[in-house]
This record gives sequence, C-alpha cells and structure tokens, in this order.
Amino acid sequence: MTLDTNTVRRIARLARLHIPESELSHLASDLSNIIGWVEQLAEVKTDGVEPMTNVIETESHYREDVINDGGDSAKVLQNASDSSGNFFTVIKVIE
Amino acid sequence: MMTSKINLQYLTIKEANRALNEGDYTSQDLTQAHLEAMVAERGLNSFVTECPDRALAMAEESDKRRSKGEQISPLDGIPLAIKDLFCTEGILSTAGSRILDGFTPTYESTVSHNLWSAGAVLLGKTNMDEFAMGSANVTSYYGNCINPWKASSGNLVGKDLVPGGSSGGSAAAVAARLALGSTGTDTGGSIRQPSSFCGVVGLKPTYGRCSRWGIIAFASSLDQAGPITRSVGDAALMLAEMAGFDPKDSTSANLPVPSYIESLNGNIKGLRIGIPSEYKLDSMPDEIEDVWQRGRDWLIDAGAEVIDISLPHTKYALPSYYIIAPAEASSNLARYDGIRYGLRVEGEDLIDTYEKTRAAGFGDEVKRRIMIGTYVLSAGYYDAYYRQAQKVRTQITNDFNSVWKECDAILTPTTPSAAFAIGEKMEDPIAMYLNDIFTVPASMAGLPAISVPAAINKEGLPLGLHVIGPAFTEQTVLRIADVIETAAEFTANPNENITIAG
Repeated sequence: MTLDTNTVRRIARLARLHIPESELSHLASDLSNIIGWVEQLAEVKTDGVEPMTNVIETESHYREDVINDGGDSAKVLQNASDSSGNFFTVIKVIE
Repeated sequence: MMTSKINLQYLTIKEANRALNEGDYTSQDLTQAHLEAMVAERGLNSFVTECPDRALAMAEESDKRRSKGEQISPLDGIPLAIKDLFCTEGILSTAGSRILDGFTPTYESTVSHNLWSAGAVLLGKTNMDEFAMGSANVTSYYGNCINPWKASSGNLVGKDLVPGGSSGGSAAAVAARLALGSTGTDTGGSIRQPSSFCGVVGLKPTYGRCSRWGIIAFASSLDQAGPITRSVGDAALMLAEMAGFDPKDSTSANLPVPSYIESLNGNIKGLRIGIPSEYKLDSMPDEIEDVWQRGRDWLIDAGAEVIDISLPHTKYALPSYYIIAPAEASSNLARYDGIRYGLRVEGEDLIDTYEKTRAAGFGDEVKRRIMIGTYVLSAGYYDAYYRQAQKVRTQITNDFNSVWKECDAILTPTTPSAAFAIGEKMEDPIAMYLNDIFTVPASMAGLPAISVPAAINKEGLPLGLHVIGPAFTEQTVLRIADVIETAAEFTANPNENITIAG
C-alpha cells in the first residue's frame, strides 16, 4: 500500500500533528516504505487464531471500594502551562 | 586517599555493599566519586539531569542507617542512575522529549520508589531515545549519547559510536563507571540491545514482574522495567528490589519475589538449552556466529544439553511489533495536548494549539510512529493491520509455548552487529529497526530475557549473548547468564586499553 499525500494529511489531522505541506511527500514515502514492509504479515495464516490482548495471564484483583487518593488539585495543576484557580485554562472553545 | 576514587568506581554492587558493611568507606565517599566521574565524563551526554544534592543527602541518610546497624538491603547506599522515562518526584522527567519540557512530576514511579525504599542513592536521570523509540539513542531531544567504547581497529576507529537504545544513557553510564547500576525499560530490546553495545548486563524481566506505574508509557502491552549492571549478580540484586506486585498497575503480577541472588549457584547440569534455527540469518556476520557458537560450547562444558529448536514465526515478530507498538504509542501519546503539562505552543484555536504543540514537541521518529499507529488503527485498516498483527503475536507466543516442552531456555545473540557509528542508519528507519531482530520476539511473548557481555570483536567492541526463558523464570535465566559470565571472563572495560582476546 502506498500512502499518498492526501492520506498523510488526513492521518496527521487524526493524530493532531501539524505537518507542513512541504514535508508531506517525504513523510508519505517514509510511511509507505514501513507499511509496505509490515504488509508481509498478510502471508501468515491466522484462521481461527485469537488476537492477543493479554500476553501474560494475570488474575484481575478486587480492591476495597474506598477513596485512597485524590484531593491534590495543587499537585495536579503544578505542571500546567496556564491555570486559574482550580482549573486548567484553554483558549476559548465555545463561540 | 588518592587511589580510592578509581577503585570505588570499579566495584560491583555486591563488592560495594560488602565494603560499606565492613566500614572501608561510606556511601558518601562512593557517591562523591561517582558524581565527580559524571562531571568528568559529561562529554558522553549520558545524563539529562544530574542530582548531586539529592544524591549526597540520600547517601548521608544511608550512612546514618549503617552506622546504627540498620541497613535496609544490599542496595543501601549504592549510587544508581535512573532512565529519564521514570517519573521522579521533584526532578525533571523528560522521556527524552521536548514535549515534556519542564515537567517535574509530583509523584514517584513505583520501581524507583522501591529502589529508594531499599536505600539506593539517585545520581541522576539518563539520556534515552525520545519516548523510548529508537535503537541508537539518536532521537533524544537532549542530543545523542556517546558509547564509551571506541573501536581499536577497522573502519570505526576515531568515530563516536552509538550506545544503542533506547536505554542508551543508562547503559553508557554503567559501562563508563559513572554509576554502579541503572534502570532501563525494554519494549522491543531497549535494555538488552544497548547493554550488548556497551558491554554490560541488561535484564528484561517477564511482563508484569515490575510495576509500570509512573513509567512514561510507550507501548503498554510490551513495556517492562529492568536493571542494567556490570555483573549478573548485580542484576539479581537490583531486580529483587525493583520487582513486585503493585495495586496501581493492573497488569503487575501478584506473585512473590524470590531471592534471585540465591539462584546463582553455577549449576546448570541437565538444563536443556534451545538454539532456534530461525535466528541463523544469511547475512549474519561471522563474529556473531562465532560468539553464539562459543556460548553453546560454554553451556555444554557446564553440563547443559544443547538442542536445535524451531520458532517458525520469528521472521514476523519485527513487522508485527511495528504495528502493535506504534498503535499503542499513538494512543498513549494522545495525552500530550499542551494543556496539563509540558510544552504548549499557542494556536488560533484549541485544535490548532494541539497540532502546533505536538508538531513542535515531538521529533521525527516519534511522529512517524504516531502516524503509523494512527493509520493502522483507522477505519478500514484496523482488521488488515492491527488485528492481524495481534493474531501473529498469538502465533509467536504459541511458538515459544511449544518449545518449552523441549527446552528450559533459549540462547541467541543479542544483536546482529556490534555498535555502529553515530549517523549511520539514520535515513532508513527499517535498517534501524532491524537492530532489534533478536530481542523483539521475547518482548512480543512477554518473556524474561537477559544480555550478557560475551566477547570483544576484532574491532575491540563488545558483543552480547542473549538468554530467553519461560514466563517468570528469571531465576533460571540469571543462573544460565551467570554461567556464561564466568566462562566468558569478560574483563575488558572502555576506560582502559583493551586487550583483544583470541
């Protein structure tokens, strides 16, 4: 599969990455090479094989339903580039 | 004493612990010697952040405990380096990325917390490939780290070599005697490959053996923390303190942590060691084939039985890894939005702010992997790529499960080559990915695996051997590695003129 620049532009939008127009074709070529290489997986027979979701079987464990953490809004906000009171601040999102 | 500084740096953790207990010197002496070495070797760029004040304060506390006979563990007072992927409270934690610019966690990762609870001393945070994505430590925002080893002959003479990656700074720091041990993380080979390139021991435990809580996530179904040390015994000592169940990581294993050091008894009589035919590459250099053959001979001499085995899906491990790991990364790295921590680049609206922040904050390799991951998870491609890769992962794991009926562990080379020059393989991502061809299959199956320095090649560079075991058999893997270490008599170090063996 060869990725064209329109596909790369669409994927970049989904991934929330700003890619300048001048870099699209180079990136398309890099990504096409990688996708072309991973496509060899299509030759593996996987009929009836379950997709792996958990490599090491671990038993899920229950915990007491109690509050054991939290109430640290100052800590949570400590690394914010901008905050106000107990809130992160962002650019206006509602017109 | 004039001579103490060099000697202190050349100890193993085990030796340092014994000397501290006997009062030969203090943790403050040991820590000070390493802090000075770190300053002297800043040219290697193995540390992103040095923590001299914290280190000396922790060493002082350790000395107080020891003077009262209250030593906590064999790591009490031992100065260690921590990969900059572990969140450390009050200390810059970057993952080698600009997007975590200025990020100072308000919490401590479980693994590093365990080490401090055992009395260890934090020297600093080590350089790494950005978000652990790389095999040469050349994708770090903080510049490449340099391998302390130099070629003594051949085309690489006079060139700076890569330390491997992604835990390049951690491996280089231990090899250059800037720390007695370090932590790494391994997603597809990021502990073992740099350990092989730097001539040190690197252990990737079973997935779930160490908690992932507080480790900046790359690919959550693969990421695992482990020790990098100068001896197998030291890896056993460090793992014993790092490992353990953590309620804050639902994938951490609720199993007791055995005494790994006690399993190093040198006895591998009757153990069956598998040699997988699929790891014999047509393009494999003679020096790699030779070290592998020597490893087989050492294990036979020690009483093990070496048998040929087959892992038929080996060639598909790397391509399936390069679907699954980027898919998980694209999801994990969605959290970097410029709002809650790290870099923010203001845009015209919120989406523009996200896009500009992420464009400025992530480097090229991370962007490539986010793009690949987003693509293989996108509508219309999910089944063909991601779901197929997950099925192939099942096949790879089934291959291992079948061979465990025939053998107790597997021996392979760690890497298909020795360290290469900085700048090589930069234009071809797939050539870089092939560094991990021998380490990725065990990662895909979640298995414990270790790299042990085994030989010096004719250019004067270290080569590692790789032992893989069934899930939660770290004791056996360490025991076999210990036998290899004893037989290999690997005494070369990068700070001295190297005597070439053979």
